[in-house]
Amino acid sequence: MKVTMTVNGRAVAAEVADRTLLVHFVREVAGLTAANVGCDTSSCGSCTVLLDGQSVKSCTVLAAQADGREVVTVEGLASGPDELHPVQQAFRDEHGLQCGFCTPGMVMAAVSLLTENPRPTEEQVRSGLEGNLCRCTGYHNIVRAVLAAAGAMEGMEQR
Amino acid sequence: MSIMGTRVKRTEDPRLLTVGGTYVDDVRVPELTGAASVTFVRSPLGHARITGIDASAAQATPGVVAVLTVADIDDLPPPPPPEGPPNDAAPLPLGGVWQEPLLAVDRVRYVGEPVAMVITDDAYGGEDAAELVSVDYEPLPAVVGPEAALAGESLLFPDAGSNIARTAGAPADPAAFDGCEVVVERTISNQRLAPVPMEGRAAAARWADGKLTVWVSTQNPQISRFIMAGAFGLDPDAIRVVAPDVGGGFGAKIGVDRDAILVAWAAKHIGRPVRWAETRSENLVGMTHGRAQRQTVKIGGTRDGRVLAYRLEVVQDTGAYLRLGGFLPFLTSLMAAGPYDIGHVATAYQVVVTNATPINAYRGAGRPEATAAIERAMDLFAAEIGMDPAEVRRRNLVPADKFPYQSPCGARYDTGDYVGGLDKVLAGAGYAELRAEQARRRERGDVVQLGIGVSSYVEITAADADNGETARLEVHDDGSATVYSGSSAHGQGHDTAWAMLVQDDLGIPMDNVTVIHGDTDLIPFGIGTYGSRSLQLGGIAVHRAALDVKDQGRRLAASLLEASEADLELDTERGLWHVRGDPASGRTWAEVARHAGADGLAASVNHTDATPTFPFGSHVAVAEVDTETGKATLVRHVTVDDAGTVLNPVLAEGQRHGGIAQGVAQALLEEFVYDADANPLTGSLADYAAVTATELPSFELLASETPATVNPLGFKGIGEAGTIGAAPAAQSAVIDALSHLGVRHIDMPMTPVRVWAAISETRSPR
Repeated sequence: MKVTMTVNGRAVAAEVADRTLLVHFVREVAGLTAANVGCDTSSCGSCTVLLDGQSVKSCTVLAAQADGREVVTVEGLASGPDELHPVQQAFRDEHGLQCGFCTPGMVMAAVSLLTENPRPTEEQVRSGLEGNLCRCTGYHNIVRAVLAAAGAMEGMEQR
Repeated sequence: MSIMGTRVKRTEDPRLLTVGGTYVDDVRVPELTGAASVTFVRSPLGHARITGIDASAAQATPGVVAVLTVADIDDLPPPPPPEGPPNDAAPLPLGGVWQEPLLAVDRVRYVGEPVAMVITDDAYGGEDAAELVSVDYEPLPAVVGPEAALAGESLLFPDAGSNIARTAGAPADPAAFDGCEVVVERTISNQRLAPVPMEGRAAAARWADGKLTVWVSTQNPQISRFIMAGAFGLDPDAIRVVAPDVGGGFGAKIGVDRDAILVAWAAKHIGRPVRWAETRSENLVGMTHGRAQRQTVKIGGTRDGRVLAYRLEVVQDTGAYLRLGGFLPFLTSLMAAGPYDIGHVATAYQVVVTNATPINAYRGAGRPEATAAIERAMDLFAAEIGMDPAEVRRRNLVPADKFPYQSPCGARYDTGDYVGGLDKVLAGAGYAELRAEQARRRERGDVVQLGIGVSSYVEITAADADNGETARLEVHDDGSATVYSGSSAHGQGHDTAWAMLVQDDLGIPMDNVTVIHGDTDLIPFGIGTYGSRSLQLGGIAVHRAALDVKDQGRRLAASLLEASEADLELDTERGLWHVRGDPASGRTWAEVARHAGADGLAASVNHTDATPTFPFGSHVAVAEVDTETGKATLVRHVTVDDAGTVLNPVLAEGQRHGGIAQGVAQALLEEFVYDADANPLTGSLADYAAVTATELPSFELLASETPATVNPLGFKGIGEAGTIGAAPAAQSAVIDALSHLGVRHIDMPMTPVRVWAAISETRSPR
């Protein structure tokens, strides 16, 4: 079937098998390989992207379900190579990543979390990221990064 | 000012955060254009004879390129002859009757064992076709767990005549506990765990023009090259192994598994590039597991808290095949005495095969098991004599004036201040106040009780220091530098660390230092990243290469400035060579490098050390336990982890955080479970309880640096310390919360069911 969607502001269209998952569409058709497949039970969140602004696990969405809709991946987050999104910047500042495999999904989950709750408590951050597994950081610096990003984004809004 | 010890942000991160890493499945290179997709057909049974394989239906399916079974492996040399009987220097009985085949020959020994390979034009088609491969199995009685293995009613390797692959250690000496006023004995479990790196195993391969190129997610690309050269009967020069970004390893990506070897073989066999990335459900049964020891501890001492004798007996379940699992109890025995000065320590172990995924290294690899055993024993002893567990530890820790300390188990602990570490963590945690709060809750009879767990540990890092590590440093004509490291990172931050070392030694700014690892065409020799060895071997190799380059630079600058070498100074703030007392005479690294001869300005080092190092520390875990539901929650975790001099606290703390999380996960959550027929019950992430953010608190890390003396920068390893210290502390905290009820021990993982059962047992009439 023919699927057309906007990925990071760019229209992408392709003829794909009905069962094609969104994550494979993004990786193989749109050529954006940051989002990773880390499990097959919708448990790990490594494939998290934004679909019409809401975070989804793209391994659990058919490409067909994203037809006509807007997808944002971590590649579409920064406004330029030297202009990190506040969440990306906070992950860098707080060492919120090690091997980097969960990172694209974790960052997108954090972006979504902060959209829904711009001033989360530590507990809210932890429960908001429960669906995203990281095996390297023990989540310590990820949580700090999300809290720091919340502060930075609030600061930007006030300016 | 020196950059050493400062909080430098990682150079790796902008790329990982904006476009993502390039893991094997992300590699998009022309050589892999048109690559076919590999799907493995794996055994659904734990123990069975294969009586037939019918691949015709799969082969007839459009899009199927090939279906390969063991019958197709006719172009490889036979496996090497069996090695001699195992001993302490070579503890693994490899080959011979215990040989692990590439594809199952006539018998499968664990669920997930590769039986056939389906090669298709695309990955989705591979899953369909794999289901069409019909394998006839004749079930055999399953061997699940150490007891069944020891009973020997069913044998995995009939030709071996036993499920016991190795027996080692001293027989029990009853006289060893003479003079002890109190002796406690207990059998405990150090359960089987799945490593779960976020990137599972993956490989891609291409055979062209007599050369095999293999992209593989491994901790050791160079070693993988030699393994594959042996497996394929190829000259190592005919193989290039590339480890691109590697999404975590934790020991389970040491070397290269049979699956990845098969992928490489398939590329050569069918003459088309292939790629494979396992699913998570495959990963949980196909990737090696860790731990899996049944331990019996016996501890004795005086009523005033002095431990006089300790014995540890281990049955190591090594799964279906002998990988590093057979070596783990050797390391456990080596570290059995822990950080304590105990007069008599003895160990013995057996290695048994079972119908389960093979056991390999997993973060700590034998040392967490040693620490868990003696820390449980110390707690049991403390409870028996009615003494505070922290105080019992203090009375038995190796005192600071006894280093280097020769342990009765054969290890020589290099440097340490074990009592200082314990006192620091107790003060940092507010131990006395925690005990007071615990007493108040007990007094009130609160439903949610408080437990405090204390652990002390010493571990061994760079255990194979004599294998060393390589580094090559080149300074280019533009003044920039490139490091080629034989130590290949998978999240540790080598790029940042190695660049810091070069900046510190040479004054070449980090931003001008490129770090390359993981490509055997560029770096043919190296050992890799495991056993917390990287900084103290790979890092020191970089440091020594930099000092060599500095010597060369001095000669070149002296020639440029027509001055005596002895009068030359390197200003590492500005990266300038100048004559002492004449800063204006400066020559840049670019000028110096351009003055070098045809070989350029470069140095190669293979750094070995004579001895390993021994990091140490103490952890305090604080847990709340709901006595009605059995739910245990870790509320605080405070640690001292002393791994010598710290190069970059950001990286060291990150290693500690991740390590602590994996240790706590073992204590509270994770276990890989089989049923009585050897079927995995935790074969997906929906069942295996990989720790999440909600199950952990933020950690409280205290700084402590007791330099190593074996290397010039004082480094020890920090990759596994957190795990080693955390599991016993967390386990102890939960038990401690219930100690007033009479609970003395609960096996890991301390799930609500187990905790609730332990509480109920104390309440039921005996």
